[in-house]
Amino acid sequence: MALYSEKVMDHFLNPRNVGTIENPSGVGRVGNPVCGDVMQIEIKVEDDRIEDIKFKTFGCAAAIATSSMITEMAKGKTLEEARAITNKAVAEALDGLPPVKMHCSNLAAEALQEAIDQYQGKVKSNNN
Amino acid sequence: MDHSATTPVDLRALQAMEPYLTEEYGNPSSIHRMGQAARNGVETAREQVARLINAAPAEIIFTSGGTEANNLAILGLIEAMPPQGQHIITSAVEHHAVLDVFTYLGRKGYDVTILPVNRYGMVEPETLERAMKPNTALVSIMHANNEIGTIQPIKQLAAIARHRGAVFHTDAVQSVGRIPVDVKDLGVDMLSCSSHKLYGPKGVGCLYIKKGTRLARRVYGGSQERKLRSGTENVPGIVGFGAAADIAGKRMSETMERLSDFGRYLSGSLQRLIPDTILTGDPVNRLPGHVSLCFKYVEGESILLMLDQMGIMASSGSACTSGSLDPSHVLLAIGLPHEVAHGSIRLSLGRSNTREEVDYVVQVLPGIIERLRMMSPMAEEGKI
Repeated sequence: MALYSEKVMDHFLNPRNVGTIENPSGVGRVGNPVCGDVMQIEIKVEDDRIEDIKFKTFGCAAAIATSSMITEMAKGKTLEEARAITNKAVAEALDGLPPVKMHCSNLAAEALQEAIDQYQGKVKSNNN
Repeated sequence: MDHSATTPVDLRALQAMEPYLTEEYGNPSSIHRMGQAARNGVETAREQVARLINAAPAEIIFTSGGTEANNLAILGLIEAMPPQGQHIITSAVEHHAVLDVFTYLGRKGYDVTILPVNRYGMVEPETLERAMKPNTALVSIMHANNEIGTIQPIKQLAAIARHRGAVFHTDAVQSVGRIPVDVKDLGVDMLSCSSHKLYGPKGVGCLYIKKGTRLARRVYGGSQERKLRSGTENVPGIVGFGAAADIAGKRMSETMERLSDFGRYLSGSLQRLIPDTILTGDPVNRLPGHVSLCFKYVEGESILLMLDQMGIMASSGSACTSGSLDPSHVLLAIGLPHEVAHGSIRLSLGRSNTREEVDYVVQVLPGIIERLRMMSPMAEEGKI
């Protein structure tokens, strides 16, 4: 049996939405280079919807694949829907991850949530 | 490109083994004809292995591999000594088959010193000199490092131990069969080696024990291998090991020269073509054809999987490949920061590698690193 599912390998070898966004609405960055993974997710929000989303990841194949998958899952969703994406859902969408790699899917969900938090924080402060 | 992990069985070694799996399947302890045929096979292999490292056949104890040889050397020596007051020394870059034994003995109350290494992964003789105590019983320092290829100054280190009355063991799993290893010239008391690193079968290795060195047995039973390693001998494995050792000795100078050239070319080209690349280990005193590099801003497992997609098999000391959170203890011991150590790659060449294959790696790897760096948030910032 291969280490990773075909879906993980596909997202690792052909990652979707790699890059950065000019003037992003929100940026989430989690992980630590010392631990070997850093994920950065940038979102562009329009009408409460994620219009565009990009990622950059330093990490193993699972870290790259979960980043790619979560951007695909979140794109076009409302902020509320995107916030509801759990790390478990990301892992399931990839047909599973090896147990030692489950923390990579946590990072992806955390990075997205942080990006949404940052945007909503910004909106709130603008309104005040 | 992963010959430090293992090698294929040489076809002549396989041919030598075959009869011992079928018609000559006897037990070497049996008195009858078939038993004696198996005994002859084992003893011929003992001579072949002994010749490769310039030992006497009686000084070779066959084991199940390098790990068991290391365990027997260290634990066997310790158990043969009075239980209290022993000081033992090893280095921070050992294989776990040595390091974990020392950790275990440390927990059991032995006085353990783990020597630091310099930035090339070398144990400096002065460091050992300073660490020696009047009650130092054993010093165990590997000959060549599996991860970074550094060859230790064993001759000098063993001389220091001998002067102070300590036994010196070296784990030579990576060096035997690849570079000349002469136990007399090195001046070691014990030396471990493994068959599958030198084109022999897996599941067999040996411990050289210099005549007069007393060890306690670790495995009880039928008293095979001078009572030090009970259990019916792995006859086909041992015969294959012997044949492979014989071939390794004959081909050594030719292979060494070719692999050294390939290694220098590969290492030099990759460092030239890929910015922010660090060579790990000693640039000169290293195993022939052993190339270990760290590429900043990218992670080792990702590199390995992309290389694998292109038909290139390598290894890495990154945390993700070890299943733990920390990168390899060897890379940390030479002073690399964690984030750099995560981007490590080892390419270890062997007999079958060709110039075309080496060129192919030079052609493919820079593109892989570039692709991964495009994805990495660390690269643009030059954060490491």
